[in-house]
Amino acid sequence: MTDKLNQKEMKVIVFQLLDMEYAISVDIVQSIEKVLSITRVPKTPAYVKGVINLRGIVTPIVDLRERFGLTSKEMDDSTRIIIVTLDEFDVGLIVDAANDVLDIPVNAIEPQPEVVGSVESDFISGVAKVGKHLLVMLNLDKVLEPVKRVTSDEL
Amino acid sequence: MDTSQYLEMFIDESKEHLQACNEHLLELEKNPLNLAIVNEVFRSAHTLKGMSATMGYEDIADLTHMMENVLDAIRNSKIRVTTEILDVVLQAVDYLEEMVMDIASGGTGKKDVTKLVESLNRIEVGGAVVAETAAAVVLEDEVSHEDSLSYDGYEMTVISQSFEQGFSAFEINVKLRDDCLLKAARVYMVFEILEKSGEIIKSEPKVERLENEDFNETFTVALITKEDADVLKAKVLKVSEIESVTVIPVKTDYLMRDADEEPAKETESIAPTSIDAETKKGKRNSGVQSGNKTIRVNIDRLDVLMNLFEELIIDRGRLQSIASEIHNPELNETVERITRVSGDLQSIILNMRMIPVETVFNRFPKMVRQLARDLNKKVELEIIGAETELDRTVIDEIGDPLVHLIRNALDHGIESPAERVAKGKPEEGTVTLRAYHSGNHVFIELEDDGAGVNRERVLAKAIKSGIVTKEAAESLTDRQVAELILASGFSTAEKISDVSGRGVGLDVVKNTIESLGGFMSIESKEGQGSLFQVQLPLTLSIISVMLVELKKEVFAIPLSSIIETAIIQTSEIMNAHNQQVIDFRGNIIPLLNLTEIFEIPERNSESDDYLSVVIVRKGERLAGLVVDSFIGQQEIVLKSLGDYLQSVFAISGATILGNGQVALIVDCNALIK
Repeated sequence: MTDKLNQKEMKVIVFQLLDMEYAISVDIVQSIEKVLSITRVPKTPAYVKGVINLRGIVTPIVDLRERFGLTSKEMDDSTRIIIVTLDEFDVGLIVDAANDVLDIPVNAIEPQPEVVGSVESDFISGVAKVGKHLLVMLNLDKVLEPVKRVTSDEL
Repeated sequence: MDTSQYLEMFIDESKEHLQACNEHLLELEKNPLNLAIVNEVFRSAHTLKGMSATMGYEDIADLTHMMENVLDAIRNSKIRVTTEILDVVLQAVDYLEEMVMDIASGGTGKKDVTKLVESLNRIEVGGAVVAETAAAVVLEDEVSHEDSLSYDGYEMTVISQSFEQGFSAFEINVKLRDDCLLKAARVYMVFEILEKSGEIIKSEPKVERLENEDFNETFTVALITKEDADVLKAKVLKVSEIESVTVIPVKTDYLMRDADEEPAKETESIAPTSIDAETKKGKRNSGVQSGNKTIRVNIDRLDVLMNLFEELIIDRGRLQSIASEIHNPELNETVERITRVSGDLQSIILNMRMIPVETVFNRFPKMVRQLARDLNKKVELEIIGAETELDRTVIDEIGDPLVHLIRNALDHGIESPAERVAKGKPEEGTVTLRAYHSGNHVFIELEDDGAGVNRERVLAKAIKSGIVTKEAAESLTDRQVAELILASGFSTAEKISDVSGRGVGLDVVKNTIESLGGFMSIESKEGQGSLFQVQLPLTLSIISVMLVELKKEVFAIPLSSIIETAIIQTSEIMNAHNQQVIDFRGNIIPLLNLTEIFEIPERNSESDDYLSVVIVRKGERLAGLVVDSFIGQQEIVLKSLGDYLQSVFAISGATILGNGQVALIVDCNALIK
């Protein structure tokens, strides 16, 4: 996302978790899906909900609420899975709702304040103020660090 | 010129040529007198030079050029093939490989080659020292060097070969009189005379221009002949309207040496063989081309094809399950046909992805040579069955484990020459690498006639590192002892050497093989050598599995791990050390409850009197996996979980079932210790 900073505006996808709005660059978003049937993968961190069949590709799914340590909630009609493509892999993010696609002026993005809500600040690359909205820009490379073998309590 | 579209081809072909160079150089080391081999290497180097120059990779071109010079000197028996020379040439090939790899990975292919060029130069000059001292003084005439013709590679070769056969080459500069009327006629006459005395290989200007009288008064002809310069001059002067004729011997520095240094006798005996070999090779090449038409296909495209086909298999599975629900005979028939056709398609696609293990094996001879020298051992590597084909995915993975095994065999297996002689073995150790098909598997074996596994030493070590207890050690069979060296934390080399035994040990090899769905075993006779056997599946992408149900979740267990399925009574379960075991045909095997292992949330904990058990094996160890129910056997497409979820415990991958759901594949190897 950093290379986008030189441009005047950037296109972001805005989604909601609890009452906060977050934004990620539209460039890395592959698609937005309604909830599909998820296969649980044992012995992974709680925020890894499992894997889905995304048009023939097995894609892991992360519950962003749990990743950020927020209270989890049952999925409903507005729950969406945002499929993002990072350098090495695709991951689906479970969010409460995907609200909007916005063009935000780059100079509206400010470095993160010391404390933003309850989300760990490593995950945040900045905060953008657009009108009445306050958008939290996510640093997905940090949010989606690969999951190494978590438990090796071999039998 | 935009060459980017040729880049891929350039890289592929360069690799092939470099590989050919490697192979032939090693062959040359064994038969230093076989000049046909040198020709092969020369040809590869020459092509490479041409290609790299066209693509603008000058460092490669420079290095290959120097290599060519050395090879040429060898070919002309100016330099004798020695290990030192081959070392340098092989190093040059190494450098070239690195440069090509650099280009392949998007680099510039630049590398500092000056040092290597120097040593190549030294070799070349070293061989040619005699030439300079003995440089014969030939007719140095009025014509200056600028006037002399320049020759391309082909013409050079022709000239140098004719020298070998006792011919000499001259440049004849003819000047017609100013008032000459029929220039073309005179030219024709000159050519006729010259053609009677020898062979014209080049003229300046070109023949067409001479015929059209499109030149001034002078023209130059290069001639290969057995006649003297003076005789030629006199003959040409007989043609009327000729002002003057100058005959000078062809001399570029490069050719001079060829001409002067060679003892005539030797050349004559060698030249025919090399020419013979060349014509033979030419014939063979053309034969191969017409008999076996192939096209190069980018491997990525094959992967895409494979992926699409996998989708088809998934849909086929779906179709089958729908058909079995609907019971429509016409639908059933169609589904059956689709199943058959896609089965055939599957075998063809899988076949297309098969490549000979040669691609992995062919780097070993060079490695063994180098290693043997580093270790001061004499080792002969024998490769059998290099044409055996394996799936590309397996090929990609198998390289490193084999390297490890070979290093191990050379370092720990084969003894030093002195030791071998003392034991009454031939001084040179033999390592045999063998590949063959058997059933649905490919076997790769590495056999050495070295020291074998020393029972006492291995046991002592194993006890010391806590792999076995002293009591248990007594009762182990020789085979079991040998297998101890595959255990993790085991490394027999007393000293940690550079070659192998950096503490990683053979367990890494074993793990890699097992992660590929294969087995590895070892047989060893002390004092007589060891045999490592690796068994691999033909393909990794489509496998047969048994689908089982755990509560509501579906898991797949690879059929290759399953011995059988059984239904047991809960009363048969025994307890040993907090571990549930059952008696399975006289063997006590551990019972693992998959529901617990996979932490599946309990929905109903009603206890049955009967349990469904899948008996799986890892090598010779067995275990029983308790599942809720069996669903059935199915061909599935193996998919990875992706890089985000790295190494999930006891799950080797995933697959997509007919209903579109993802099922996880159980890694039995991780479950059995």
